[in-house]
Amino acid sequence: MLLIPCPNCGSRDETEFHYGGQAHVPYPENPNDLSDVEWAEFLFYRENTKGIFAERWLHSTGCRQWFNMLRDTVTYDIQAVYPMGTPRPDVSVPAAAESGTASTDAESTTTGTSAPSISASSIAPAATPASTTAPKGATK
Amino acid sequence: MSTEQLPEHPEFLWRNPEPKSSYDAVIVGGGGHGLATAYYLAKNHGMTNIAVLEKGWLAGGNMARNTTIIRSNYLWDESAAIYEHALKLWEILPEELEYDFLFSQRGVMNLAHTLGDVRESIRRVGANKLNGVDAEWLDPQQIKELCPILNINDNIRYPVMGATYQPRAGIAKHDHVAWAFARKCDELGVDIIQNCEVTGFLKDGNRVTGVKTNQGTIHTEKVGLCAAGHSSVLAEMAGFKLPIQSHPLQALVSELHEPVHPTVVMSNHVHVYVSQAHKGELVMGAGVDSYNGYGQRGSFHVIEHQMAAAVELFPIFARAHVLRTWGGIVDTTLDASPIVGTTPVENMFVNCGWGTGGFKGTPAAGLTFAHTMATGTPHKLNKPFALERFETGALIDEHGAAAVAH
Ligand SMILES: Cc1cc2nc3c(=O)[nH]c(=O)nc-3n(C[C@H](O)[C@H](O)[C@H](O)COP(=O)(O)OP(=O)(O)OC[C@H]3O[C@@H](n4cnc5c(N)ncnc54)[C@H](O)[C@@H]3O)c2cc1C
Ligand SMILES: [Zn+2]
Repeated sequence: MLLIPCPNCGSRDETEFHYGGQAHVPYPENPNDLSDVEWAEFLFYRENTKGIFAERWLHSTGCRQWFNMLRDTVTYDIQAVYPMGTPRPDVSVPAAAESGTASTDAESTTTGTSAPSISASSIAPAATPASTTAPKGATK
Repeated sequence: MSTEQLPEHPEFLWRNPEPKSSYDAVIVGGGGHGLATAYYLAKNHGMTNIAVLEKGWLAGGNMARNTTIIRSNYLWDESAAIYEHALKLWEILPEELEYDFLFSQRGVMNLAHTLGDVRESIRRVGANKLNGVDAEWLDPQQIKELCPILNINDNIRYPVMGATYQPRAGIAKHDHVAWAFARKCDELGVDIIQNCEVTGFLKDGNRVTGVKTNQGTIHTEKVGLCAAGHSSVLAEMAGFKLPIQSHPLQALVSELHEPVHPTVVMSNHVHVYVSQAHKGELVMGAGVDSYNGYGQRGSFHVIEHQMAAAVELFPIFARAHVLRTWGGIVDTTLDASPIVGTTPVENMFVNCGWGTGGFKGTPAAGLTFAHTMATGTPHKLNKPFALERFETGALIDEHGAAAVAH
């Protein structure tokens, strides 16, 4: 089970959250101009990254806020948490381990955000301490 | 049933050849679908200068990780046609492949627990009958007669209100199925190459001309992708996208028990599916992990959920022990139906998106995909499952009949 660091509530079990799929998928600016192929792209095609993936989560049984998260889909390590509407932080990627070595305990997913904290919205693994540029601040 | 002997392994299964520098066709992925495709390419289309490339060991992916349920009671005409064709092939394959993989037609029940379930199920029984698929609606008493250990009391959270029943459905020994196909493929001259990971493609303009692997470059005029959870990763290497999301799906088994569970029981609503393996283990599965993942394991809370459902439905299981759990990576689509056909890259074909339910489709997937690869055109059974459906909107929404929520 993932231990997910909600930017508003701190680390909580995955069961409190709802998965929202790929982050940063804007609604088409001019929907009337879209071709069938472009509509298909918008409706059905999402990244299926093997590695660091930007995705949305909703803390459904907590603060009920959406936020974005960078997570490695092979190791399941959580690399960063950042507010909706802000750009994807630049996390330099440690080489992904092969499947089956996922570490989902508190040590590997957070660095000291056990208490609820609004400012601690970016979390980097020990291997890349200074490399995140996740924006600070509460989620929108 | 459960006391049946496992078949003896034939002495000789397959060679382990070095890859040649070129083949008429290359199939990526040595799971059930890749092997079945190679078998029908050789048998039905005379293409024997072909290779199946598998990055790990033969059938070590979802093929050997699934709960082996085989049925064809899907809702829509397109699905009923391809899954029923698969079921008919399952019925003749042990003889054709000269290998008894214990296909056991012990029937499958899909339970209904709400009025909505009941209506959907009765509708599905009607649709199945119109499509020539054997299907019955059972009331709780009839369910109890077929599977006495099922709890039909109405004082549980989601009482059993009835079930669809397909008597010809059942289970098979999945790894024996893979070995059976592999052995015949080998006999027909197909090279099965293990530990051979495809890492890229050679193209001439938009036409694929070869594959790059960790064992060197292999030239070929045709490539068929049968890589289940990794199809979108390979498609990206080839320069196109697939509307696929990969999720972990897990299963588990108990220790051996006396035969107590004579059929297969699935419940989409409380979400568990249970059968008893030939040796006696209870084999169980549940839903996928909600997030995308390439880890061949699943979340513990999913197991907790499925065990709660299992114990309520089968109080007799309360003291059974879980012996092993494992996961596979399933490739899901938004309409819960597979994608089989041509791709934007010339001479490259894809068979994927079978998600949580592709084991049952193995023979028909192989047969129709082989047709598509050999002729460059769709088979009438896989035509509706082409990639174009996401643009035309002709989706085949099988979420209700897929039986695993995703
Ligand atoms: C827990 C679980 C339970 C399931 N239960 C059922 C069920 O009861 N009934 C049912 O019908 N279906 C079930 N399924 C689904 C079914 O297993 C799959 O839909 C089906 O096996 C997919 O086809 P396949 O056998 O070819 O896939 P796989 O066996 O996964 O084959 C794909 C192969 O491609 C290989 N590969 C990947 N990338 C590369 C590469 N770059 N180069 C070379 N090789 C590569 C992989 O190693 C793998 O062996 C279940 C799946 C799981 C995980
Ligand atoms: Zn929260």
